Amino acid sequence: MGAVSAGPARVVGMTTRPTDTSGTAAVEVRGLVKHYGTTRALDGVDLDVRQGTVLGVLGPNGAGKTTLVRVLSTLVRPDAGTARVAGYDVLTQPRQLRRVIGLTGQYASVDEKLSGRENLYMIGRLLDLSRKEARARADELLERFSLTEAARRPAMQYSGGMRRRLDLAASMIGRPAVLYLDEPTTGLDPRTRNEVWDEVRSMVADGATVLLTTQYMEEAEQLADELTVVDRGRVIATGEVAELKARVGGRTLRIRPADPRDAAAMTAALAEAGLSGAAGVTEAPGEGTGRDEGVVSVPVLSDEQLTAVVGLLAARGFAIAGIGTHLPSLDEVFLAITGQKADGSAKAGPASAGDGTANGRPGSGNGERTPGTAQETEDVEVSV
Amino acid sequence: MSATTAAGPATKTAAMPVAAGEGRIGLRSNLRHIGALARRNMLQIKQDPESMFDAVLMPVIFTLLFVYVFGGAVSGKGHQHEYVNYVVPGLMAMMGMNISMAVGTGINDDFQKGVMDRFRTMPIARSSVLIAKIVVEVGRMLIAIAILLGMGFALGMSIGTDVPHLFAAIALSTVFGASLMWIFILLGLTMKTAQAVQGVAMLVLMPLQFGSSIFAKPTTMPGWLEGFTKVNPLSNLADAARALVNGGAVAHSVWMTLAWSVGITAVTAPLAVARFRKKT
Repeated sequence: MGAVSAGPARVVGMTTRPTDTSGTAAVEVRGLVKHYGTTRALDGVDLDVRQGTVLGVLGPNGAGKTTLVRVLSTLVRPDAGTARVAGYDVLTQPRQLRRVIGLTGQYASVDEKLSGRENLYMIGRLLDLSRKEARARADELLERFSLTEAARRPAMQYSGGMRRRLDLAASMIGRPAVLYLDEPTTGLDPRTRNEVWDEVRSMVADGATVLLTTQYMEEAEQLADELTVVDRGRVIATGEVAELKARVGGRTLRIRPADPRDAAAMTAALAEAGLSGAAGVTEAPGEGTGRDEGVVSVPVLSDEQLTAVVGLLAARGFAIAGIGTHLPSLDEVFLAITGQKADGSAKAGPASAGDGTANGRPGSGNGERTPGTAQETEDVEVSV
Repeated sequence: MSATTAAGPATKTAAMPVAAGEGRIGLRSNLRHIGALARRNMLQIKQDPESMFDAVLMPVIFTLLFVYVFGGAVSGKGHQHEYVNYVVPGLMAMMGMNISMAVGTGINDDFQKGVMDRFRTMPIARSSVLIAKIVVEVGRMLIAIAILLGMGFALGMSIGTDVPHLFAAIALSTVFGASLMWIFILLGLTMKTAQAVQGVAMLVLMPLQFGSSIFAKPTTMPGWLEGFTKVNPLSNLADAARALVNGGAVAHSVWMTLAWSVGITAVTAPLAVARFRKKT
């Protein structure tokens, strides 16, 4: 029976990577529009993902990220515009297109009643692998995603992280040339998130092209080569991660002295030692929030500078209550790019005029998160 | 508005040669996909054995209840075995109907979960998801009928004809049950939740089941109800199954049942498939 599958059909299962594509764009999107009622989920999106690179699509809830991914994976038909993946048109060549893509959504799309192994085996068979190949591939991916131990348990007993890893493994069975990761780490704890990141990196190392949607600047920075920032169905910025970071600002070190009155002295000491970074030390203004009062912020230029700052403060005998590095939140990114908040509460741009419904993402049926959640990394800051 | 920008860069890749037949799914692949998906449905049953209750326990409970509760009243105390011969072939008709209901809830459930999205992004014929479901449900139907007949024989049922006729009755019940599945698939694709599917299905099934010749001879019913049982396809199937098992005039009821099966499939299958395509 295994010999049956050795027919011409199975070739597509394993050799789907069209490395001979003449163009360099694995994903090519032009003027993509999708309306849901009066809401423009996609309002003329253009983007390219170069072969073998990771494009991060950064945006808040309702920006149209999921709709974009659904159009590119033939789940949703666009109202206007074109999209090509590995040279195949989403509208006219959906069957060919489905052979070269893998999709991992925000919600694990595996069969909960089946074990992890059975899920992967089933997908292998659906991708025209022989029984033997499907079994081998399933075991290989279970091993790689550290699911071997749980391989025989039904997926409904898996933790959130295990499910997400199983979902990633499921997307990888056919060795897709283009992989869509729709907010792959939303709702995961930091350890699991790092595991998922590692997997994504190794997929890219294997030559996959990845389109990654995320709400996190940090995730984009970790994984993406290029970044497209979207808001309300439109691309508002695009470029290499470093470029955008330069526009938005990178990491900052935030130091909270045990005694808030020390802040000024700290600032002076750092400036004197030439460790204050290009932008200079700013004593974060209170702004009436109370939380930021007396916090010293230092733009981080290098890891050496970080060490030097901490060393200096220790040498001068400053008592520190909290210290941590801080990446710009989505809100800050948007603020820097558009001059307005990501959630549209400070709407002023012409795009938002008379379009009060742009914020709710329709049709996706996915869970909601607070937009623009700030991210503190390695943060041990103590609020007083 | 921005659609006009599409023409430029798209033409570059359009030149890439793509054979017209490329991406089409061959018959052999299609069968393999259906097999893999049917296997999935069977593994689901294995993981969730309660889902077999309708196929395993219902025939047992129904035969016991009807033969011992109503059998005496219908055929006279001590003559229950006569009612066995009457009701068990009729129950075959009912089994097909009740089992096919599960298709609707199953399909609905699939769409609630993300797994259908995964299937839809894969290079498989979308119909294979439906076909696999039907294959497995037909299997469940045959199990239910086998258990039903086992119960019937245990309670004293006898075959008035011969074994080939018995198998013909089983086949007829299965064909009719399979045609009903399309109705439930349609329901499953239309309703918002699996519970709603079940609720609506029960509402339709109850009058059809009891307003038929399955449990009692329609001649004992008031005129308007007798009229209803005459047009009720379940009566045709019950009559056909009874005639095939016990002997008697077969032709009319068998042809009527087949006509109903074809009719139901011809109307609801395209609707269900269209609905499925629209959703996918």
